[in-house]
Amino acid sequence: MTERLDQIFVVLKHWLLGYLPESWQTPVGVVISVVCIIGLYPALFAITTVLERKGVGRIQNRLGPNRVGPYGILQPMADGIKSLTKEDIVPTSADAVVHFLAPIILVVTVFMGFAVLPMGRNMVLVDMDAGLLFYFAMGASTELSVFMAGWSSRNKYSLLGAMRAVAQMISYEVALLLSSVVIVMMTGSLSLVKIVEAQNHYSYGLPHWFIFTPWGFAAFIMYAIAGTAETNRSPFDLPEGESELVAGYHTEYSGFKFALFFLGEYVAMFSISGLGSTLFLGGWMAPFAALQFIPSWIWFFGKLFVSMGVFIWVRGTLPRLRQDQLMNFAWKFVLPMCLLNLFVAALWRFMGDGWLRWVVCSAILILAYVSIGREGMRRKQFGPRSYRYAE
Amino acid sequence: MPNPLSGYLIVAALIFAIGLAGALTRRNAIMVLIGIELMLNAANLNLIAFWRYGPHPELLTGMMFAIFSIAVAAAEAAVGLGLVISIYRHAKTSDVEQMNRMKG
Amino acid sequence: MGLVFYLISAFAVGGALAAVLLKNLVHAALALTIAFFGLALLFLRLDAQFAGFAQILVYVGAVAILVVFAILLTKGSEVPKDGVFSKSWLAGLAISAGVFAVLAWAVMQAAPSLPNESAVPSVSVNDIGNALMSRYVLPLEIIAVLLTAAPLGAVIVAMHEKAGKQEKLGAPGPGSPRTSSGSWGGDFVSETWETRKN
Repeated sequence: MTERLDQIFVVLKHWLLGYLPESWQTPVGVVISVVCIIGLYPALFAITTVLERKGVGRIQNRLGPNRVGPYGILQPMADGIKSLTKEDIVPTSADAVVHFLAPIILVVTVFMGFAVLPMGRNMVLVDMDAGLLFYFAMGASTELSVFMAGWSSRNKYSLLGAMRAVAQMISYEVALLLSSVVIVMMTGSLSLVKIVEAQNHYSYGLPHWFIFTPWGFAAFIMYAIAGTAETNRSPFDLPEGESELVAGYHTEYSGFKFALFFLGEYVAMFSISGLGSTLFLGGWMAPFAALQFIPSWIWFFGKLFVSMGVFIWVRGTLPRLRQDQLMNFAWKFVLPMCLLNLFVAALWRFMGDGWLRWVVCSAILILAYVSIGREGMRRKQFGPRSYRYAE
Repeated sequence: MPNPLSGYLIVAALIFAIGLAGALTRRNAIMVLIGIELMLNAANLNLIAFWRYGPHPELLTGMMFAIFSIAVAAAEAAVGLGLVISIYRHAKTSDVEQMNRMKG
Repeated sequence: MGLVFYLISAFAVGGALAAVLLKNLVHAALALTIAFFGLALLFLRLDAQFAGFAQILVYVGAVAILVVFAILLTKGSEVPKDGVFSKSWLAGLAISAGVFAVLAWAVMQAAPSLPNESAVPSVSVNDIGNALMSRYVLPLEIIAVLLTAAPLGAVIVAMHEKAGKQEKLGAPGPGSPRTSSGSWGGDFVSETWETRKN
């Protein structure tokens, strides 16, 4: 029974395909999977927007949306109808073609990343040999769409927001890649399915997730920071800081195109969370051996929602960084820590089993954190702001 | 096309020629760099095509050459664009035809 | 060959042509990414998965962004009045046409004798990793050194020369309350700001 529930979607797809002639099965199977992904994540996006507005409202001591439907849970419907019926305004001086293409490219590239994410046992669209590389290649392509949006609007706020966003995404993408490379070093594979399987065993009822090792924990923290910055979420949301840049690169977008940007941003958060749980939190695995009877896809989406909750919590808690703090943090703290973590992971691998490697690796990481993070960043972080004007 | 490899080689030659034309005829230094990038990419396509249809793909020679060339091209782009920016700062132009003095 | 090959080739060649011909530099850079993407698709069609994704990651994700940044920092997004092609464009065109003619002629002459192993090479990412770490370890190390040195050199070359000369980087001049101005981030922001104002 549990086995059947675990594989219910896979079985359902095979049953549907069974009615088709042999030559049609592969293309139709791909189409079914793609349609499921494209339908599922916007639905999750709708749920998350309510959660976010309610949650942030609760943190800020107010009620949040409570007018549409019971407790305001139908708010996304109202938002969707509003954005669909709103007038789509394109500025007269805007570069119409680029302005039109930017949100489409953003949404397409963001959705492409899901192709390699395993969402349950046997539930992956393509088990690619170079899956992680594909994911990052698609993630890197979103930067260009952000630039296109900002530049084509012919608005200084848009352009500044886009340049900030691109600089930030490039800087943190290095950290994102380097923190994931540790996992690749340990599993010896770029395929996300194999990475999940490498974590798929338990001792004393506890899982062997990569987060429960010194290097894995450090890499997870770096990954979470870089992922938050990569998706332009608070506290790294300077590209769209409303107090200085109106709305950043999507200032000049309205109606459905704005909704596409909004959707792209949230789906990118899902995608980054999904990759993070695949790499560090065991993907679709249960957290205890005793809980394995619960279907794998419930665990994957559960982890997804927990990390979305953390995103919302962080947004409600932390203030926004300044641009120089952001760049300092990326290049002077996160990047050195990621590089050191590579070394620690190699050390872990070659020290063999035993308690010694736990002590040595943890000691190196804590020492580095104290020296780079605590001492090195102390004076830089809150010094007086310096201004330089054009001569 | 009698041979699949020759199709790829023709495409690579075409992109190489387009890149060369861009590097030779455009005035802006950045466009010259864009032309050079196109030529490098065309060379990569050649390498990969020969690797795919060559007799020993398992030795990975052509593929490795292409991967290294991608890495070198990234470094080249960074240095080249840095030079363009520094020249622009100095001469207030990025037009290669106006950069005809060796004296700063 | 097939239809897919012709479509992807048309995509890549069209992108390259647009990149070279378009007047607006930002448009040219965006067309360049189309060409890069088309070439990556050609790599994938040649069963070189790793190289194709690396191409997208490096070119679309990094080089195109660098180009775009350089264009905006040098005020290149405005179309110059005195034309975008140089005075000797005819000679350049003739040279490149000649190069293409020679290359195409050579390919056509050699076509019957070109190697044609139609079997798909079974190369996994593991094999590439093993090859990188064994047979190609020396080039890999050299590339690593190059990739460390080149961005450092690029940053030094592109770094702002102080107008006043008495202000050296990292040593704040008299009367300027700069504390963290040597930082990359601060520098970057003021650079974009300055070029915008000039």
